[in-house]
Amino acid sequence: MLRFVTIRLLRAGLTVLSVMTFAFVVLRMSGDPAQVLLGPDVPQNIVQDFRDRWGLDDPIWRQYLSYLRAMLQGDFGLSMRDRSPAIDLVVERIPATLQLTIPALILQLALGIPAGIYAALKRGTLADRGVIVMAIIGFTVPSFVMGLLLVLVFAVVLGALPSGGASSWQHAILPVLTMSIGGIGVLARFSRSAMIEVMGQPYIRTASAKGVRWSDVVRKHALPNAAVPIVTIVGFMVGSLIAGAIIVETIFSWPGMGRLLIVSVTNRDLAVVQCILLLVAAVMVVSNLTVDLLYGWIDPRLRQAPPTH
Amino acid sequence: MQLSLFWLVAMIACAIFVDVLRPFPITQMNLGTRLAPPGTPGHWLGTDELGRDVLSRLIQSVRSSLVIAFGATLLSAFFGTLLGFMAAKFRGVVEHVVVMLADFQAALPFLIMSLAVLAFFGSSMPLLVCLMGFYGWERYARITRGLAISANAQGYAAAVVQLGATPSRVYLRHILPNVASTLIVSMTLTFPEIILMESSLSFLGLGVQPPDTSLGNMVGFGREYLTTAPWIMLSPATVIVLTTLAISLAGDWLRDRLDPTLDSIS
Amino acid sequence: MSPLLEARELVRIYETRRGLLGRSAEVRAVDGVSLRLRRGETLGVVGESGSGKSTLGRMLLGIDAAQHGTVCIDGATMPNPGTGDWRALRARIQMIYQDPLAALDRRLSVAQQLREPLDIHRIGDVESRTQRIRDMMQSVGLRLDQTDKFPHELSGGQRQRVVIARALMTEPELLVCDEPVSALDVSIQAQVVNLLADLQRDRRLGMVFISHDLKVVRNLCDRVAVMYLGRIVEEGPADTIFVDPQHPYTQALVSSVPQPGRALDSRIILQGEPPNPGNRPPGCAFHPRCH
Repeated sequence: MLRFVTIRLLRAGLTVLSVMTFAFVVLRMSGDPAQVLLGPDVPQNIVQDFRDRWGLDDPIWRQYLSYLRAMLQGDFGLSMRDRSPAIDLVVERIPATLQLTIPALILQLALGIPAGIYAALKRGTLADRGVIVMAIIGFTVPSFVMGLLLVLVFAVVLGALPSGGASSWQHAILPVLTMSIGGIGVLARFSRSAMIEVMGQPYIRTASAKGVRWSDVVRKHALPNAAVPIVTIVGFMVGSLIAGAIIVETIFSWPGMGRLLIVSVTNRDLAVVQCILLLVAAVMVVSNLTVDLLYGWIDPRLRQAPPTH
Repeated sequence: MQLSLFWLVAMIACAIFVDVLRPFPITQMNLGTRLAPPGTPGHWLGTDELGRDVLSRLIQSVRSSLVIAFGATLLSAFFGTLLGFMAAKFRGVVEHVVVMLADFQAALPFLIMSLAVLAFFGSSMPLLVCLMGFYGWERYARITRGLAISANAQGYAAAVVQLGATPSRVYLRHILPNVASTLIVSMTLTFPEIILMESSLSFLGLGVQPPDTSLGNMVGFGREYLTTAPWIMLSPATVIVLTTLAISLAGDWLRDRLDPTLDSIS
Repeated sequence: MSPLLEARELVRIYETRRGLLGRSAEVRAVDGVSLRLRRGETLGVVGESGSGKSTLGRMLLGIDAAQHGTVCIDGATMPNPGTGDWRALRARIQMIYQDPLAALDRRLSVAQQLREPLDIHRIGDVESRTQRIRDMMQSVGLRLDQTDKFPHELSGGQRQRVVIARALMTEPELLVCDEPVSALDVSIQAQVVNLLADLQRDRRLGMVFISHDLKVVRNLCDRVAVMYLGRIVEEGPADTIFVDPQHPYTQALVSSVPQPGRALDSRIILQGEPPNPGNRPPGCAFHPRCH
């Protein structure tokens, strides 16, 4: 187990390093970092100060190391907009984004997994078909279309809910719905097929042939085994939630990190873009690591021979 | 199934014969007929805020979206297969590098990585295709690596090596044709995802740039007129949904026909 | 004159990781094996599964490099795998596999399978290649109307004939057969063994025949080597080994072959399991099971 955890931790560290390297390469390829990160019309003394601090006159490998050190210290440069540190701007927006993503994730888990398991146990029923239709919607309707349709129905036609802004809890309903509907379908379909796969295994037949109560077969034998693939997909869903937040916050004018990213990309406020990039990468690495460790905990086989992929 | 194939053929026909089919040039404005609703004679799907014909723009958009998705799918299949084969051939260090790249990809939601790159370099058509070409490569890499390793372990590839074949002969003449059907099925999975990715970027105003048009950016501009002229946004949205749905269904059908073992990879 | 094949002190060790902290253990799959094969001679290698006989076969062909020891073909040292010399040498040394369906590219017709070695080693022109393919199909007992068949359209025995034909296309001098009949129906096995015996005699092939089937080995081979846990415990002419085995392991193996007119209860039943190869007993590895 120790070895398993060490390898996973090493890989996570390496991944963070590779994302930072990616940011460094992209930054270097697009021009002089002092210009890029500080913007065009900055007083000469600030530029020189930045050049000294980042060691921009040093050889490239020293720059790379200084860059890594700056990143680790949270120095991402200044936002073009009001010259405040990029990291402060980003951190300020985090709570708003969490207000959408956390309820959406909870909704997905709380509805998607049970729906999928139920569908697997009651194959061919109306509920089962419903899960499949939901999944198809999840795969084919992009979130910007889903969001706009919800606005059209609930805000424009029915006038029941606000179409944008963040001043009350009602404002969060449509964004959270938009983010979770597709995910619920995807998660449900995935749990359904994982469960069906497990239910076809010989040990399930053995257990029910032994006379174990059906509910115990499902609870003690089927669910723990179906959990492994479901955990994987949940790892992926965190990524798609973050990506989804960008689009949903844009549609609903929600003042979160996603909207900040779009505004910064449009204005080429690169210090902020870079900061968000690294922050998201850190969140994803932690979430993937959690999934990996959870795996090891659920499935003892994976602890012994770490698969190369 | 027939319906989805019919739809796909219609879409491809749109993309190929766009110049013949399109009733109006996509930039032709007619301020006299602004925001005409669908059903207006001459403008069957209505007009937008500048009086441009929605149907014409739609046909043009189908072409840009399909061309980008097609180019990107080929690129990503090429990359992924190459990396997968290299990992299978050289194992060791190369394999670790490929795993590291896949970890990297998993650590950055693709949309965010694309946004960052577009922020630094600005948006252009070639960059967009290349960027989308990085989408989904790890799926091909994983599949080709696995199949190549098992073919090399004790299968036909090992036998051909023992006959004295060079590695390029083994990979190009034997392993590649054997994994081709699996690759094609995977492409039907990647293709709709790339369409969605490109339309999301274009919707955000960072993909295809005006005066060019794509399905996503039509939805993006139509959004402003959601209350007064919802058709501007609804028709491209419908096309996106139907196209991705049709490709997924066609892909399922292909998978059943070509490769029943692939069921668990999705 | 140097022997066709000479192996000296071959060693192949696999590392396996055991335990959660990854203490690695050595599995000595092949542990100091030496053998010689003359032109036109057949050598049987027998042993139970896990005795290292398949690994030995791959090392003799140079597919797995030896970690210690040397393999010489016709007096010349085996080139490293993946080099041009190694590939060129494939024309002279060939292999027959246990599972013919896995060893054939399922997209290629019989004729294409057989053309492959000629293309690779650039032998003959288009016409002479076609002629050679026809001749070879006849000599391995395939019908000419099967030229355009695909592997899945053939029976197991026919597939193995294709594999054999493919191996012989470049007229090799050495053939290593790794359990060539054990995946086939019993009724087909004899046909394929007879085919191999005929081909070996007609073409004066040097042949290493790896098998756990003692009857087959006795019928086919001039000499026999008995492997146990990566080592050859006994080697000699087939008649001597089968009539008067010296090593207790060989005695047990030989006694397990049913013979007409001998009661089954004279079998020697070995006690216990073969030891874990990662933890081989000191001295003679067989001693814990010796009677």
